[in-house]
Amino acid sequence: MLLIPCPWCGDRDETEFHYGGQAGVPYPERPADLSDEDWGRYLFVRDNPKGRFEERWSHSAGCRRWFSIVRDTVSNEIVR
Amino acid sequence: MSEHPDRLWRNPEPRSGYDVVIVGGGGHGLATAYYLAANHGIRNVAVLEKGWLAGGNMARNTTIIRSNYLWDESAAIYEHALKLWEGLSAELDYDILFSQRGVLNLAHTLQDVREGTRRVNANRLNGVDAEWLDPDEVQKFCPVVNTSPDVRYPVLGATLQPRAGIAKHDHVAWAFARKADELGVDLIQGCEVTGFLKQGNKVVGVETNLGPIRAGRVGMAAAGHSSVLASLADVRLPVQSHPLQALVSELLEPVHPCVVMSNHVHVYVSQAHKGELVMGAGIDPYNSYAQRGSVHVIEQQMAAALELFPIFARAHVLRTWGGIVDVTPDASPIIGPTPVDELFVNCGWGTGGFKATPASGWTYAHTLATGKAHPLNEPFALERFTTGALIDEHGAAAVAH
Ligand SMILES: Cc1cc2nc3c(=O)[nH]c(=O)nc-3n(C[C@H](O)[C@H](O)[C@H](O)COP(=O)(O)OP(=O)(O)OC[C@H]3O[C@@H](n4cnc5c(N)ncnc54)[C@H](O)[C@@H]3O)c2cc1C
Ligand SMILES: [Zn+2]
Repeated sequence: MLLIPCPWCGDRDETEFHYGGQAGVPYPERPADLSDEDWGRYLFVRDNPKGRFEERWSHSAGCRRWFSIVRDTVSNEIVR
Repeated sequence: MSEHPDRLWRNPEPRSGYDVVIVGGGGHGLATAYYLAANHGIRNVAVLEKGWLAGGNMARNTTIIRSNYLWDESAAIYEHALKLWEGLSAELDYDILFSQRGVLNLAHTLQDVREGTRRVNANRLNGVDAEWLDPDEVQKFCPVVNTSPDVRYPVLGATLQPRAGIAKHDHVAWAFARKADELGVDLIQGCEVTGFLKQGNKVVGVETNLGPIRAGRVGMAAAGHSSVLASLADVRLPVQSHPLQALVSELLEPVHPCVVMSNHVHVYVSQAHKGELVMGAGIDPYNSYAQRGSVHVIEQQMAAALELFPIFARAHVLRTWGGIVDVTPDASPIIGPTPVDELFVNCGWGTGGFKATPASGWTYAHTLATGKAHPLNEPFALERFTTGALIDEHGAAAVAH
């Protein structure tokens, strides 16, 4: 079980959270201008690194806020 | 001391180049190599495996084989696999302990019933054997399932695929490996691909810890590590890697005659040939390459199993483990070309690629031999994530299997 640091509530069990995948993926500014390739990449392609990964979590069974952490996907160490 | 049994394959040094290099010596890579040699006469082939043969997901899966998927494209490729499974022990001259004991997918809600009966009809139209059982028939088919109406999630019915079942995963890998080796394929263990040799936009070989190896074509079959491998060629895949866990109990007398899956209660249970109960469920939610997951996921699987099988309450857990599975947005695989010339990809089988092993190898071999898709894998190309022609199998694939 991961111990996840919610910036507002402190360390809590993983079971209180929902995973949100890669952080920092903004909605395209002008979606209508994107090519099919770019729109497909926006919808379906995310980074999948072995190592450090900046990712979103929601403290859904707590304060319900979203935040980002950096976790190592091999050791599970939460770096930041 | 008894004598060491015959080796199943040579352990050759890599040559300087091959017509086709396959990266990843799991079930899919080995089956691909076998069919390249057997169906297409292409024998100047190497399978490069960074660890030992079939030590990844091939060694970790729970061996459920079925073809009762919803959409035409999936039914076609998984049913092709099932037909190949039916002749595989004979073809490979090796007992893979394929047991067509039947797979039940339980329904616990009205929506489950609608989804299940729809899938039975879709399966029949595709020539896939499928039946709808009411709770009494479920009870007859699998007496250890609790079909009492007086439980939290009563069984309202089930789909049954009688030809579905299980096989012995290690035997499958060894059988493909031995035959591929006999036909001249070099199976090279301890050989990690660390980069690609390129001329312009064309791959002409791979860099490995054992030195460069040239190749006319390269086929990636790296399962959970597909993104990492493809990134070495600057190819991004619509794949996320997650832990998938499973567990076995101590050995028990034969008590559970078939395979039972429940999307709603969220577990599946079978009994292996040796006697251990084999259970699994869904992926851990976060991305990971750690080959282990969180303990509460295992606890939830066991709690779910006890809802369905109160009789197993006193069975002990013998072992739990995890693999790294390559999950796509539509729960369907990717087989086909990449934006890089002569570089092909076979991945995204996620939680359910063991059952597809022979068809994955069959179609990928065709693609690597001809440079073109086989009709069975054409719909599964990377392109669908641009055209939007997704093959959404989240329903038929919901409990990981
Ligand atoms: C717990 C669990 C239960 C499962 N249960 C089922 C089930 O009941 N039914 C079902 O149909 N499916 C099931 N699956 C899914 C199934 O195991 C996989 O979809 C399938 O095994 C993937 O194909 P593979 O056998 O080729 O993968 P793998 O055996 O993982 O082979 C990939 C190989 O590539 C190698 N590799 C990676 N990168 C490199 C590199 N750079 N250089 C060289 N080699 C490399 C790896 O070492 C690995 O051996 C399950 C999976 C898990 C983890
Ligand atoms: Zn919080």
